[in-house]
Amino acid sequence: MNTLPPPLDDDDPHAWLAQRDALRQLHREVLDEPVPATLLAAAGVGRGPRRADAPWLRWGGMAAAVLIAFGAGWIANSQWLRATGNSARLARAVPAAQEFVHAAAVAHAVYSPEKRHPVEVAAAEQQHLVQWLSRRLDRPLKLPDLSAQGYTLVGGRLLPGSQGPRAQFMFEGPGGERVTLYLGSLDAAAASGSGEAAFRFATEGPVPSFYWVDAASATLWRARFRAMPCWHSRLPCTVSSKAPAARLSGLHSDFF
Amino acid sequence: MDPRALVPHIPSLRRYARALTGDAWAADDLVQDTLERACSKWRLWSLGTDLRAWLFTIMHNQFASQMRRAPPRAMVDIDEAAHELRAADAQRDQAIDLQRCLLLLPEDQRAVLLLVALEDLSYAQVAKVLGIPAGTVMSRLSRARTRLQALMDEAPPVAGRTALRRLK
Repeated sequence: MNTLPPPLDDDDPHAWLAQRDALRQLHREVLDEPVPATLLAAAGVGRGPRRADAPWLRWGGMAAAVLIAFGAGWIANSQWLRATGNSARLARAVPAAQEFVHAAAVAHAVYSPEKRHPVEVAAAEQQHLVQWLSRRLDRPLKLPDLSAQGYTLVGGRLLPGSQGPRAQFMFEGPGGERVTLYLGSLDAAAASGSGEAAFRFATEGPVPSFYWVDAASATLWRARFRAMPCWHSRLPCTVSSKAPAARLSGLHSDFF
Repeated sequence: MDPRALVPHIPSLRRYARALTGDAWAADDLVQDTLERACSKWRLWSLGTDLRAWLFTIMHNQFASQMRRAPPRAMVDIDEAAHELRAADAQRDQAIDLQRCLLLLPEDQRAVLLLVALEDLSYAQVAKVLGIPAGTVMSRLSRARTRLQALMDEAPPVAGRTALRRLK
């Protein structure tokens, strides 16, 4: 079965060989890649993740940050000024994961107040948006459905990161408050260097954020998100007085 | 029979699926479906027959049923396709052109071409994998090669590409 079928009679054998060689170079690198754990598990080898978890687990190696700010006024916040002034020093001193969260926070602070151009691709083109950003990040991105929590998708954009492209998805609550989900690749060393508990809560920078750097935490995040734990208690001074009280109490129970 | 026998075939299944679908994640999904199905149908594989050909047969059945469920790739909006092309990494343009042209082939022609060119399957094996007569394999292969060549010849040079050209 390793013999090449003869070229067809009416064909130039050289053209065929050139075409075949070009095809053989296509995705050649895949042959040398380690087999993903999900596929080994599918072949009944090892104890890989089950399929039910796959859409989230395939974010493995991705870092993500969810940024939440309630109301305006954060940009004028002194934390923003401090973080900006310190950014050069921080960039050298902090591990990549912290750089990541900082970049996520800055992206949130820059884009979420935008009235007319908050996103590059709007939610109306959701399918295209997800496909496009998945391709650029070389990962299948899947948008969380926050509609049960009252958040609708505004859209998303492509952003530069220190190690390549990153994506930002933006959601908006009924009161206009915005939540952004920021995604990008961190190399393995950076991800592991971020510490044993890959799920973190960051209070540095302009916007309080929670983020994760590995798949297990993504699952954890989802579980907690659904279980509605009282995370608001860990958010430093986030609840804006501009939102109606009824809405805020709704947020406490629904979103956090 | 030990399912571990499947493992050495996974890399070539992945590469083939990637060329077939043009999408790394859709490809791994297809491989995963194939492996799961192979595990559950293990008893249907008769010892002594070609395991690799059997796996490709399963993959093609899975792929065909996916194609029946999903809208055809050819229906992709032209604006979206233009966006894809601009987003491409310049260094991989040649491979991307080839992959893009491959995806413009009808699925049955693409499958025959890839099974022969990538996997070195004989006409008889391809016929068995796809469940078609050997004569059909040869005619599809011939059409696929001619068409792919025409598509590649017509693809505009990447650097100067400003718009999609209509492909015949």
